[in-house]
Amino acid sequence: MTETFDSFALVAIYSAMGVYLIAFVFFTLDLAKRSADAHAHAAAPVSVGQNAAAASRGTIATLEREAPASSAAPPRRIERAALALTALAWVLHVAGAVLRGLADGHVPWSNMFEFSLVSSAIAVGVFLFLQFWQDLRFLGTYISGFALIVLGVGTVNFYVPVTPLPPALQSYWLIIHVFVATLGTAFFAVGAGLSIVQLLQARREADRVSRLRFLGTMPKAEKLENLAYRVIVVGFVFWTFTLIAGSIWAFHAWGRYWGWDTKEVWTFIIWVLFAGYIHARATRGWRGSRSAWLAIVGFGAVAFNYTIVNLFFKGLHVYSGL
Amino acid sequence: MSRPFDHVEGSGPPERPGPGINQPALGVTGYLRFFWRQLTSMRTAILLLLLLAVAAVPGSMWPQRSSDPNGVIQFFDKNPTLAPVLDRLQLFDVYTSVWFSAIYILLFISLIGCVLPRTLHHLKALRAKPPRTPARLERLAAFASKELDAGDTVADAAGAIQAARAQLRSGGYRVALYESGKNLSVSAERGYLRETGNLVFHTALIGILFAVGLGGGFGYTGQKIIIEGQSFVNIKGAYDSFTPGRFFTDAALQPYRLTLDDFSVKYEEQSIQAYGQPIDYTAKVTTWLPGQKGIDSTIKVNEPLALGGSELYLLGNGYAPTITVRDGKGNIAYTASVPFLPQDANLTSTGVVRVPDALPEQLAFRGFFYPTAGELSTGALTSIHPDLRNPVLTLFAYKGDLGLDNGIPQNVYALDPTDLTQIAGGDSGTPALELRPGQTVELPDDLGSVTFDSASPPTAAADDWSQSVPRYISLDVHRDPAQLWVLLFACLATAGLLTSLFVPRRRVWVKAIEGEDGSLRLEYAGLARGEDPGLDAAVAAIAERHTEGLKA
Ligand code: HEM
Repeated sequence: MTETFDSFALVAIYSAMGVYLIAFVFFTLDLAKRSADAHAHAAAPVSVGQNAAAASRGTIATLEREAPASSAAPPRRIERAALALTALAWVLHVAGAVLRGLADGHVPWSNMFEFSLVSSAIAVGVFLFLQFWQDLRFLGTYISGFALIVLGVGTVNFYVPVTPLPPALQSYWLIIHVFVATLGTAFFAVGAGLSIVQLLQARREADRVSRLRFLGTMPKAEKLENLAYRVIVVGFVFWTFTLIAGSIWAFHAWGRYWGWDTKEVWTFIIWVLFAGYIHARATRGWRGSRSAWLAIVGFGAVAFNYTIVNLFFKGLHVYSGL
Repeated sequence: MSRPFDHVEGSGPPERPGPGINQPALGVTGYLRFFWRQLTSMRTAILLLLLLAVAAVPGSMWPQRSSDPNGVIQFFDKNPTLAPVLDRLQLFDVYTSVWFSAIYILLFISLIGCVLPRTLHHLKALRAKPPRTPARLERLAAFASKELDAGDTVADAAGAIQAARAQLRSGGYRVALYESGKNLSVSAERGYLRETGNLVFHTALIGILFAVGLGGGFGYTGQKIIIEGQSFVNIKGAYDSFTPGRFFTDAALQPYRLTLDDFSVKYEEQSIQAYGQPIDYTAKVTTWLPGQKGIDSTIKVNEPLALGGSELYLLGNGYAPTITVRDGKGNIAYTASVPFLPQDANLTSTGVVRVPDALPEQLAFRGFFYPTAGELSTGALTSIHPDLRNPVLTLFAYKGDLGLDNGIPQNVYALDPTDLTQIAGGDSGTPALELRPGQTVELPDDLGSVTFDSASPPTAAADDWSQSVPRYISLDVHRDPAQLWVLLFACLATAGLLTSLFVPRRRVWVKAIEGEDGSLRLEYAGLARGEDPGLDAAVAAIAERHTEGLKA
């Protein structure tokens, strides 16, 4: 049974990767199309007004009324197709994770392969569900690319067959702690994507050069900054919870809630970086691009923690399964 | 941005008098003031936070004495020139180092200096009236207005404002009425909880720091190896190693007693990939608190036992072969179960036996234990499964002066053979001794014999080795009297964080302007502090409900 489920899981994952790839191509084509659209728009006086509005940024965002998002252009068909494909890929992806869980007989997040499977599924899921709140389709290239890379590395480099849970992992804290950490990671990933676009957009707004024309169809830097902030703050709450749940688990398993083990160190570093980000957002002179860089560095630390720290650093958390 | 509205962040140097005026010297207090203001500014907080993040990194790159003392020793062995340099920089004790401590202490001073004035300010704000209505509401972030003709409405300006006041009040706003010229207005504010949450969050962080510091000071940690069937009494001398906190006194130890009745391990049998991987450890123990009857309990990984104000954790285990040594005169010079240290996942283990009472010469043994012995292609033995399926004990034997009388403490798990003569194994000419449970071998030169005692019950089948060698567990015992406080502050911090990030803090104003003809112009405006995506909708909803209520 176990082996059948596991091979079905792999089939689902490979299919998901195939569909993600098509979605990625469509999203990229859409970016190219956006460039063309923006070019057509550039002649119209509208875009000049947009730039002027962007230049008049106050220190307190909410003091000025939000200009209507400049991305109000009618949704492009190719983009809709890309989003639908992403949703389809995601369903396959989740099916893969569930099948792997059935094969395991426990939650499928106990080694590096399963981490990459579940974390990318949750990142894409968060991206899809955030669409109900805000149109973030312009991040499609970033997210589908992210899922492809993570799944690719996961299946090629980290794949391990189903193994039983060692006693140290037999705890409901595994379910809570790791799942919430993955959720936090997903929100940080989306936030970092928004911050990257924000940085590009700010450059473009500052020197008014018509490089990166597709950005003309995306929200203004300040709107992006606010969106990133809201997403990252949710991630930060999850991360705070991860930290606390992790210490409680460590307390049950190792008899101390905090011991500066490698993994604990990095969880702490990430938490402090994002606390810095939140402060930066509220401080004159640190808002805007500086805080965006912090968000990106923070997510970089998350990625580092997942990969390099898991693989090469010594510590008690030796669950990579490799 | 849940700072007070009038909060100034990152205040610069002290204000300078205008040009032309003689600039007075700052003076000591002036400088202190200046430093204090710098230290408690948000900008410093950010820098210190980032610095703290960076300073924590080296602790994950080099082994730390606190979490991995053996790693530090190995690092010194491998890098004899680099290691002392790193050590001078305290890179093996990052989290207690001068520089790391300096950063977090500064951060927390900054935090206290930041939280205190904000708390006072907030307490005042809680009692103060909502502020005066701005003159031009249409310039605020969220704005709506309605015109009601004389015939449309049942109310005049005063009535409209009273209605708005009642409506806002029931919506959880604190309200105040203002009058300026002919305009009546109500000013309302809600969401003080946001700032409260922020202050609770930051104060709880201070609480965590203090609780962690004090708890470590009054607590202790100890390790104890217990072999099946043996007991342990919770007194300092009984521990194999014991680390008291700075303020520890013996009174913190409750003299309970604990016996390990049985320790069992389940191994994976189904999965080929994970064959032999342990899937469950269970220690069955009986415990006695002073003056009470014994209680049966279990300890598992992830399921510590709370006993007498401390917690007992199952952190390690292994085999403790029972070995009896008879000396050359036929007397029993030694008999005990000896904990062997596991070397690999299949529990190939090593141990040492010292027999100072042997006559005519003192004896010592260095042993390897293989729970399921198998042969490597070189002919050497290794263990191929962690359970007892083919247990074999091999011993190197030595004779000579063990040096136990000179008082130098010796590592019970290591034997330095330099001053001893090897009599079995190695180059001694006699092969290493090889025993199965129940077997006895003679030592060369009539020095005596060694028995590997079997613990199997007499009823066991001849080839059932599963009970033949006792197991031991390694318990970690911890006491941290502040752990509940840490948990409490952590929960408070989370609650504070949630309220401060997600409770909107809003000010809303409603202004009524009565026209000459009895018409009524109503203006609604809102201002948020921090991110408040729902502000526009909230103001629109207030306006809608209010005007509906006024309609004739
Ligand atoms: C141990 C160090 C600190 C940590 C981990 C930390 C963390 C945080 C976090 C997570 C927030 C956002 C949640 C909230 O609003 O409650 C926050 C907000 C805030 N912190 Fe800190 N903080 C620290 C030190 C400080 C210091 C030293 C100051 C004073 C200079 C300060 C002032 C503030 C202010 C004014 C806010 C509100 C910012 C806003 O509304 O966006 N914090 N802090």
